[in-house]
Amino acid sequence: MLGRLDIKYSPYLYIAPFFVVFGIFGLWPLIYTLRMSLYDWDLGSTVETAKFVGLDNFVMFLKDDDFWNSVVNTLALFLMSTVPQLILALILANALNKRLRGRTLLRMGVLIPNITSVAAVSIVFTQLYSRDFGLINWLLGLVGIDPIEWQAHSWSSWVAISSMVDWRWTGYNALIFLAAMQSIPRDIYESASLDGASSWRQFWTMTVPMLRPTIIFVTIISTIGGLQLYGEPLLFTGGGNPLLGGSDRQSQTVTMFLMEQFYMKFELGRAATVAWLLFIMILVFSVINFLFTRSLRSADGTAKKKKVKR
Amino acid sequence: MTATAVRPGAREAAPAPSKRRKSMGAAERLWHASPLTYITLLAAVALSIFPLYYMFVIATRTNDAVGQTPPPITPGGEIGSNVDRLVNNEGAAFMTGLVNSAIVATVVTVFVVFFSSLAGFAFAKLRFQGRNGLMLAILITMMVPTQLGIVPLYQMMYEWDLHNKLPSVILPFLVSGFGVFMMRQYASQAVPDELIEAARMDGCSTFRTYWNVVLPGLRPAIAVLGLFTFMEQWNSFLWPQIALGDPLNPTVQLSLQRLSQGYYNDYSQVFAGTLLSVVPLLVIFIIFGRQIIGGIMEGAVKA
Repeated sequence: MLGRLDIKYSPYLYIAPFFVVFGIFGLWPLIYTLRMSLYDWDLGSTVETAKFVGLDNFVMFLKDDDFWNSVVNTLALFLMSTVPQLILALILANALNKRLRGRTLLRMGVLIPNITSVAAVSIVFTQLYSRDFGLINWLLGLVGIDPIEWQAHSWSSWVAISSMVDWRWTGYNALIFLAAMQSIPRDIYESASLDGASSWRQFWTMTVPMLRPTIIFVTIISTIGGLQLYGEPLLFTGGGNPLLGGSDRQSQTVTMFLMEQFYMKFELGRAATVAWLLFIMILVFSVINFLFTRSLRSADGTAKKKKVKR
Repeated sequence: MTATAVRPGAREAAPAPSKRRKSMGAAERLWHASPLTYITLLAAVALSIFPLYYMFVIATRTNDAVGQTPPPITPGGEIGSNVDRLVNNEGAAFMTGLVNSAIVATVVTVFVVFFSSLAGFAFAKLRFQGRNGLMLAILITMMVPTQLGIVPLYQMMYEWDLHNKLPSVILPFLVSGFGVFMMRQYASQAVPDELIEAARMDGCSTFRTYWNVVLPGLRPAIAVLGLFTFMEQWNSFLWPQIALGDPLNPTVQLSLQRLSQGYYNDYSQVFAGTLLSVVPLLVIFIIFGRQIIGGIMEGAVKA
């Protein structure tokens, strides 16, 4: 009897912790955020005292230059930290896929940046980029380039911050690509090289198209991560009020903008609005990425067919 | 979700030296690592290690060395006095941060591993109504970014008087949709149905089956999920910054942030802090590096 009950009901018991904890700390805040975004809600507000404003918060931000500035920064950072990262990861994976001496050590070597902490990475890189004593300006000086004040402009902040992200994630993604590369049957390469296809050509016309599902997946994951960038730009900005991203908001990302509403201005309703706008942004870009990487597929697919005909 | 399905036991088959061919044929040459391959990889490894090495250099130098031209690139012997200043810097509460982070990361890791393996076992090996729908629901929760919930979550912690206390950064992370998914994938392939049946025939309850049969079989996946959960918690930034507003009760990341922004004149002290914050992770990495790489590559981690 007990055994029967056990088999019938215990599965629900085993999955219950997830749903209970997620319900309280995930789902409920999510619904509440949506509600708050429709109100003029500050630190002292309660459900009773907050004023319902409908979509006013959304409309206000869509007209707000500072919000769009943070969107531009986020998108630039996302592009500059995703595109080079994925290309480098593919090249690295291809190299790691050869027969190598010291294979494990090499793999550990490229993965090590991923095992560090965000704050530590940001602090070290910020020092490397520092105007007066930074190694990078010193190196640039050797080839005759004047010291750059990396924090002072948007473009230079983008370069510096995205280099941190690239550094941290390239090796990790290379290992993901490597795993996928190893599942490609080897004989197709052998026949291709017997046909005289160069290894570079094999890489672009065979390996890359076959990695498509993995590339799509990694791109979407990088999109979700990239659009939420927070720790790196915050620590890079430094100064009196890092949440603003500098005096001209040079390096303020959307999450920093959210925190400005929340933690500096105590506009909770508006912070909730920015959270939803960010979420929508992530969804939109995931879909765009998906469509884009899928369209790569058809281009490569036709290229491959032609090759077979030959 | 992705093509890289979990294949427990499918060790990455590296190109084994083919013994059939004596001379190097076209196919052989394909997997041959040219000097250029090694140069590329060694350059990548050097670039990967350099910032960490540089961290070590500054952490072991006097603060004056930072301003030298050319910048210092060899370690010095000042680590002791730098750590001393760091530990005695009451405003930064670095040691408190280190201990707090260790507590938070450990507790969260234990719970995530336990709840995930239990639920993963149920989804993979037990039959119940709504199984697929509930699994899908869990997958969907993985799409929700932390940012979406932080405002109400902050109010909640405030009302429950957990603000500035460690439970506020532990409770929301006790379960992980990703963890459940990963454990389900692994359990469905690493634990044979016959084993579960046999345990049932012997009169094991489902929980005993889980504890005695399934859990040991999940060990590799547990190691990887545990390590990644620990690292994620150790590195977590946004939510702790909100939930632990008290500068004297930070996590290690928050302490580092305050250090870097408040004491930016004393680089060697700040760098000693970054070094200490990375050492536990590096030790874990050196011991479990092979498993971590295996875990990432089996796709389990990304799937």
